Amino acid sequence: MKRNMSFFNATSLSLGLAFLYLPMLLLMIYSFNESRLVTVWAGFSTKWYGELLRNQQFLDAAWVTLRVAVVSSTIATVLGTMAAWVLVRERRFLGRTLFSGMIYAPLVMPEVITGLSLLLLFIAIGLDRGILTIILAHTTFSMCYVSVVVSSRLVTFDRSLEEAALDLGCSPMQAFGFVTLPIIAPAVVSGWLLAFTLSLDDLVIASFTSGPSSTTLPIKIFSSMRLGVSPEINALSTILISIVAVGVVVAALVSKRQIARRETEEREGQK
Amino acid sequence: MDNKPAPAPFAPWNDPAAVPLIRFEGVTKRFGDFTALQSIDLQIYPKEFFALLGPSGCGKTTLMRMLAGFESPTEGTIWLEGKNIAPVPPNKRPVNMMFQSYALFPHLTVWDNIAFGLRRAGQDKNTIKARVEEMLRLTRLEQFARRKPHQISGGQRQRVALARSLALGPKLLLLDEPLGALDKKLRQDTQFELMDIQEKTGTTFVIVTHDQEEAMTVASRVAVMDAGRLCQVDTPQNIYETPNSRYVADFIGEVSILEGRVAAVGEEIAIAYAEGAKPVMTRCAETVAPGQSVFYAIRPEKIWVGAEPHPDRINSVEGTIVDIGYLGDVSTYHVRLDSGQMIKALMTNAERYAASRFTWNDRVWLSWSRHAGVVLAS
Amino acid sequence: MNFRRLFLIATPYGWLLALFMVPFLIVLKISLSDTAVAIPPYAPTFDLSAGWAGLKELFSGLDFENFVWLTEDDLYWKSYVSSLKIAAVATFFTLLIGYPVAYAMSRARSEWRPTLMMLIILPFWSSALIRVYAWIGILSSEGYLNQVLLWLGVVDQPLTILNTQIAVYIGIVYTYLPFMILPVYASLEKLDESLLEAAEDLGCSRVSAFWRVTFPLSKPGIIAGCFLVFIPSLGEFVIPSILGGSRTLMIGKVLWEEFFNNRDWPVASAVAVVLLLILVIPIVLFQRNEEKNA
Repeated sequence: MKRNMSFFNATSLSLGLAFLYLPMLLLMIYSFNESRLVTVWAGFSTKWYGELLRNQQFLDAAWVTLRVAVVSSTIATVLGTMAAWVLVRERRFLGRTLFSGMIYAPLVMPEVITGLSLLLLFIAIGLDRGILTIILAHTTFSMCYVSVVVSSRLVTFDRSLEEAALDLGCSPMQAFGFVTLPIIAPAVVSGWLLAFTLSLDDLVIASFTSGPSSTTLPIKIFSSMRLGVSPEINALSTILISIVAVGVVVAALVSKRQIARRETEEREGQK
Repeated sequence: MDNKPAPAPFAPWNDPAAVPLIRFEGVTKRFGDFTALQSIDLQIYPKEFFALLGPSGCGKTTLMRMLAGFESPTEGTIWLEGKNIAPVPPNKRPVNMMFQSYALFPHLTVWDNIAFGLRRAGQDKNTIKARVEEMLRLTRLEQFARRKPHQISGGQRQRVALARSLALGPKLLLLDEPLGALDKKLRQDTQFELMDIQEKTGTTFVIVTHDQEEAMTVASRVAVMDAGRLCQVDTPQNIYETPNSRYVADFIGEVSILEGRVAAVGEEIAIAYAEGAKPVMTRCAETVAPGQSVFYAIRPEKIWVGAEPHPDRINSVEGTIVDIGYLGDVSTYHVRLDSGQMIKALMTNAERYAASRFTWNDRVWLSWSRHAGVVLAS
Repeated sequence: MNFRRLFLIATPYGWLLALFMVPFLIVLKISLSDTAVAIPPYAPTFDLSAGWAGLKELFSGLDFENFVWLTEDDLYWKSYVSSLKIAAVATFFTLLIGYPVAYAMSRARSEWRPTLMMLIILPFWSSALIRVYAWIGILSSEGYLNQVLLWLGVVDQPLTILNTQIAVYIGIVYTYLPFMILPVYASLEKLDESLLEAAEDLGCSRVSAFWRVTFPLSKPGIIAGCFLVFIPSLGEFVIPSILGGSRTLMIGKVLWEEFFNNRDWPVASAVAVVLLLILVIPIVLFQRNEEKNA
């Protein structure tokens, strides 16, 4: 059906992909550079990875980041799913416009403002800054992303499935647990993953809401970056990029295989 | 009505002693300013196959959803076996529903779909197993038990939905457009299968449909609805042969309607429908007064088409053929009377070349008997 | 039943009120307060125990001094204007680069498209901080780009790109490119190929068929993509602070410095309020555009 790609199209596509991937590739290659001078190639070495693993500050920061990300994305998934349900199903209640406004506003709010406002709140109520405040902050903005992801799935959800469950003897809670949740689970999981990576990557909001004992990895990376390029940061970045890349590619392959299997099963089912 | 055919063996609605399973008493449902149902009174008896028939938006789905418990009446009461069911939530009602979309749980196998309600009811494993297998046998789905809904065909999905809603042994089964998603051939087969299953299980079925043929085929009684009201509730045959209004006559099957005035009342009444034309002579069950304006409805198959008037029929008029629809088994003729009215007539093509007997612009005579049509006041 | 509903609505609602709405009101309040050498460094502070009288006193202590200050010191003016300019120029370049990529994707064979899609989205999942950082090594005066240019003999002096606005443009284009490609691709993918055949049949050349049919029909995607790039880049902090050097003025960076370096909370809050007011316009326009095309 489609014509073969023209030269122009092939060129723009490859240039575009090169633009997206070349910087990261260079970074990854030079993380194996022997020299401390990052831009001058002096032979292959994995020594910077070793340095990194011996750097207690980085390890501590990574541990803080991981805990924050797991806890905040889990709470955000629960709250975001509830919010999505309210957005899609509850058509009328007092202050619905304000509610949906508060769901969408954090998505477009500059991070500096979100961070600043939360910090001022924590100071106003006298909450000491630390892991708890970062978790609160991350939960707040990532629950909005979760609710957008989940509500887009809920909108297309066939409500007669829930009615069927009620009809067959489920209480409303059981209907949600036995029918709705298993069906929207993929959206809930991607919501969680999104919240997790948002928390993992966040620099600005964490900078405002963290205390001296709760430095996250992005904060640590940022303060080292200000001193210029360093091979340890290259190594760390390589690790992080690889984890994400492997995760995304595996997830894509799994879902592709599922879709393919489903399609063949459907075709066979019609016979 | 006293000109009814011999009473059917199953007709509890004619038995004053019969106790209805469902009783609607002055039920009205409003959504904001919109009135979906207007003071409905209706009885449905045990073991009935009851059809709610009407165009979309007539309120038939709302009526059914009130039985299932997804809507509650604004006014009036719905009684199920003598109990008001308004305060009973859907999951506590002995009523199950087969959804228009089937609403099969996509993450569960056919087996688990059918077992779903039994598990919620807390039955033990062996009972569930036995019941599910019984349902699978009933709907001939044994070899698909381990499949997921997307792995079976549309007709099989329809049967899973039926099996699932029957598994709990409800007193009342609601079917919302159960055959709407199937193609025509499969639909016809499935209609008979539905009737068969209804008979075997002895469950009361209420079916919602917009397809008059489907309602006529499966139902013991049909309720024709329009704009939130019940127009007529009766057996398929009575709905067809003695409709009580132009709306019902027109909604079920083909009909030609002549508008006129009662000219004379005797053993037959005479209806004058056009200046200078001979009045239509017909028997009439209702009492009418001379001068009253009435409608005369007649079905196409009751009319005989010929080159001359039929000697034994009391009514004969002449007209010109303006259109012929050849359908193979039958042909329909659209005939314009000399007085201007259009009448549809149907002829069986009993012989292979009979259809070519008349053609466009031919002058023909239409004849029919004194029992062929009905007189309608509205 | 009703308790369940109340619980479902109240939990996320309460959370957002407490951690989104209230903080924002605090920012608003502090932006109207005076700077003080105290902890917290602003006055008046709200004292709950003073009750109604305290509230009255609080309100009498608020004024628009900080906003007046923003108009008087041309630093703020300049940084708002330069943020708008940088965001607009960067958005234009993102479109210029993103459109051909999206177009090529929509022309690709359908079995390739999910893979291409994933390749475009993949960078979005990895840290923006790291991706911006990757450019330091490329753009610095001894970086890879200058090495290549010197080796090729295109330049005989290393170019100064890092710590200029050009580096910020590159950073924004790079970071937000997927935001442009995806909506444009979505609108191009829906395009019915027979429309182009019809246009050619009616006498258009390939090129004029593109300008007369494809481009106008992809306009909703272009507009959506432009907003998705423009809105976040306006308040961007990471890119200008890593790539822009001290001379690049962007409002997100000014706010940060005002807060962390100068500890002037009232002015930082006022900067935030004005930034939000500026953002309201494109956000409302974007919302309208989305509703129109929904």
